[in-house]
Amino acid sequence: MATQHSRSAARLMMTPAVVLLLGWMLVPLILTLYFSFKKYLPLRGDSLERGLDWVGFENYVRFISSSSFWPSVQTTLIIVGGVLLITVVLGIFLALLLDQPFWGQGVVRILVIAPFFVMPTVSALVWKNMFMDPINGILAHLWRFFGAEPISWLSDASLQSLILIVSWQWLPFATLILLTAVQSLDSEQLEAAEMDGASPVARFGFIVLPHLSRAITIVILIQTIFLLSIFAEIFVTTGGAFGTRTLTYLIFQRVIDSQNIGLGSAGGVYAIILANIVAIFLMRIVGKNLDR
Amino acid sequence: MGQITLNQITKSFGDVQVIPPLDLRIEDGEFVVFVGPSGCGKSTLLRLIAGLEDVSSGKITIDGKEATEVPPAKRGLAMVFQSYALYPHMSVRKNIAFPLRMAGLDKAAQKEKVEAAAKVLNLTDYLDRRPGQLSGGQRQRVAIGRAIVREPAAFLFDEPLSNLDAALRVNMRLEISELHQTLKTTMIYVTHDQVEAMTMADKIVVLQAGVIEQVGSPLELYHTPRNKFVAGFIGSPKMNFFMGSFAAEFGAATIGVRPEHLTVSQDGGKWAGKVGVSEHLGSDTFLYVDMDGVDEPITVRSSGEVGFRHGDTVHLTPDPDKIHRFDNQGLRMA
Amino acid sequence: MARATTTRRKIITTVAAWSIGLLIFFPILWTILTSFKTEAQAINDPPLFFFFDWTLENYAVVQERSDYMRFLWNSVILAGGSTLLGILVAIPAAWSMAFVPSKRTKDILLWMLSTKMLPAVGVLYPISLLFVQFNLLDTHIGLIVVLMLINLPIIVWMLYTYFKEIPGEILEAARMDGATLKEEILYILTPMAIPGIASTVLLNFILAWNEAFWTLNLTAAKAAPLTAFIASYSSPEGLFFAKLSAASTMAIAPILILGWFSQKQLVRGLTFGAVK
Repeated sequence: MATQHSRSAARLMMTPAVVLLLGWMLVPLILTLYFSFKKYLPLRGDSLERGLDWVGFENYVRFISSSSFWPSVQTTLIIVGGVLLITVVLGIFLALLLDQPFWGQGVVRILVIAPFFVMPTVSALVWKNMFMDPINGILAHLWRFFGAEPISWLSDASLQSLILIVSWQWLPFATLILLTAVQSLDSEQLEAAEMDGASPVARFGFIVLPHLSRAITIVILIQTIFLLSIFAEIFVTTGGAFGTRTLTYLIFQRVIDSQNIGLGSAGGVYAIILANIVAIFLMRIVGKNLDR
Repeated sequence: MGQITLNQITKSFGDVQVIPPLDLRIEDGEFVVFVGPSGCGKSTLLRLIAGLEDVSSGKITIDGKEATEVPPAKRGLAMVFQSYALYPHMSVRKNIAFPLRMAGLDKAAQKEKVEAAAKVLNLTDYLDRRPGQLSGGQRQRVAIGRAIVREPAAFLFDEPLSNLDAALRVNMRLEISELHQTLKTTMIYVTHDQVEAMTMADKIVVLQAGVIEQVGSPLELYHTPRNKFVAGFIGSPKMNFFMGSFAAEFGAATIGVRPEHLTVSQDGGKWAGKVGVSEHLGSDTFLYVDMDGVDEPITVRSSGEVGFRHGDTVHLTPDPDKIHRFDNQGLRMA
Repeated sequence: MARATTTRRKIITTVAAWSIGLLIFFPILWTILTSFKTEAQAINDPPLFFFFDWTLENYAVVQERSDYMRFLWNSVILAGGSTLLGILVAIPAAWSMAFVPSKRTKDILLWMLSTKMLPAVGVLYPISLLFVQFNLLDTHIGLIVVLMLINLPIIVWMLYTYFKEIPGEILEAARMDGATLKEEILYILTPMAIPGIASTVLLNFILAWNEAFWTLNLTAAKAAPLTAFIASYSSPEGLFFAKLSAASTMAIAPILILGWFSQKQLVRGLTFGAVK
């Protein structure tokens, strides 16, 4: 189905989507790049009308050398790593469990998936107040019930708490994708392995896990991209305090709170580069899939 | 009317030329079969005629009118696809009516034509079903019905029977031939199955790598294949080929003998060999005979039952009038 | 991996799966329960599960105090508008790539995907600036366009994978039958792809509904959706658990219900067809 006519029609019909996305990508990207080389502090009287001073790579250097940069990178890595570890490991476990026959499979599936549909601001607020509040939260009740001193979760164990909240939101995603992958495993393979004398553990290690490896990679890559930019969860819980300032949040603060556009833009460029490194790996996998 | 001429047409995909310059004339009312191994360009050729692909160069005329640049729907042709390409969300009635609806025919005329077509194809009871509820043969008939109502100048069939099981395939083959007798419309039929080609065609076009190897009636191709390729492709079981000293004896580079033109005897024949597998079909027996100096086992077709066993030594004698001689280019020698 | 199992094993699995399922669902369940309590009951120690005086008072208070309906309406407009707009732009694009693929199709698809990975915070200021410049701050149309753009790659991809499953021969048949391009898309492709289009709409409605970066940063009062409505509860005054729960329940209930319908298509949509 490739006549000249249909090909030109196709090009025409692709144009709106391509042009829109191209604009959406290029315009802000160019502006961010532009600002990142400028001194731009609107509160101190800098404005676009009067022209901005060119400062070269100063913003880039300052962003990296500021005392909050490395801690924010560390925080980002801990949160992303922690959530990935929890969601992938529990996700595999849950996927295998939900794949077994039991009564009420459909209902349990729905229960497990539900957190994914809760908007980030709601889940953050519910966890912050009704679970992690050191006086009235459910966890405080539970601690007191066992005679322990309640923990001020979001100030004393802020990172762990945040990881818990975000993991709760993303566990359904990991479970769902891994479950789909588990279900696509040919049962004859497992039966063959069983006939060959493989124990359940060996079957998991030699058959199930390799089969899941692609799905696991995809879960890791997609989650990483989303997790690198989590925002609302921090915004409504700690506001970046107590060591929960991620790279995303740091940039947000530079731009919105301290109105240092140049510095924030330089940070933005770093974030874009970081996201692109992850994205390249994801695109390779997705791209390979397209060829099949 | 349905007279189609292809004049020096070529087709390239990128740098790859799949159809080198090709000429072909299809007469009105003819049943033409394009046959060849997969990848020989027969489907591409059909799609060029349909207008689903642009020709890279050359000219297509339909009934004397230049049609090279005419969009598919305006060429007055109807096509039956390999997958039938029925619209799954429409009833049989709506499927058949679709081309009429697109042509802007009024409802009453649509109904009349659809029902007439349904009657011809025994689909009257199924008009309100969806394609998903039909058997393979019924779907095939719906696809044909959709083609018939357009009263096209020619029908194009793209391997229409390849998704059916063997028994149904024979039935549908007869139905399509019957339809051709009734309608007397030009039909162009693509298949890789030489049996379909032999049984249905008025004229067979044998293609290999985009090149027409031979055009002719089924029996012309059977009796006087123009080259080794056609000789090997047409006829079942396949023609046996002998080279070297076997062929030199007849003054050729290769000779070919069809399995049905070999006689097998216990002793006193031209060539000796050992019986390998024998296949008993009741009406015929196929013997596969291994001969020294010939790579592949020689197939022999004997009518009735033949009592040779695996390992028996037998003698083969070709019918001297039915030996095909080919030169070292593989072309038929007079 | 279906095979016969013993009843004993099935019982154990059932208990384990239900316990874990309920544990994961508990925060949502607890929020819904709490929304029907009085503020005092909401913080009662030990926590009250089902035996309390059920009341609808919180819902009335939330609506009265913060005009829930307006935020809800904004959410519907933003999510619905951006999804609709996205579908309109994406259907022709996905048609082109699925049925008239060229050498660049793959690159274009991957490039579209890559725009989805642009971290929002990296372009926050330029977008805000453009919004101020064009008077789009706190308007429906501005956010509809932004939400449409961030989800467009997913919409195109989902439609593309669904369209790919429709045999090209059917569209060719329509063309032979005399359908124009418009008729081909309208009468053949769209009806055949309805299930795919529906799940694409559903998933993108959910994603747009829950989007909480741009909606928080680009709205103030007029166009603010439920994400912002809930965020306004982050600075509490006095006893407010029950009201927070009522507000949260109202914000998530519509989407939970939609989400359960879309769970089957979720995987494909979120993995860009890489896991099926």
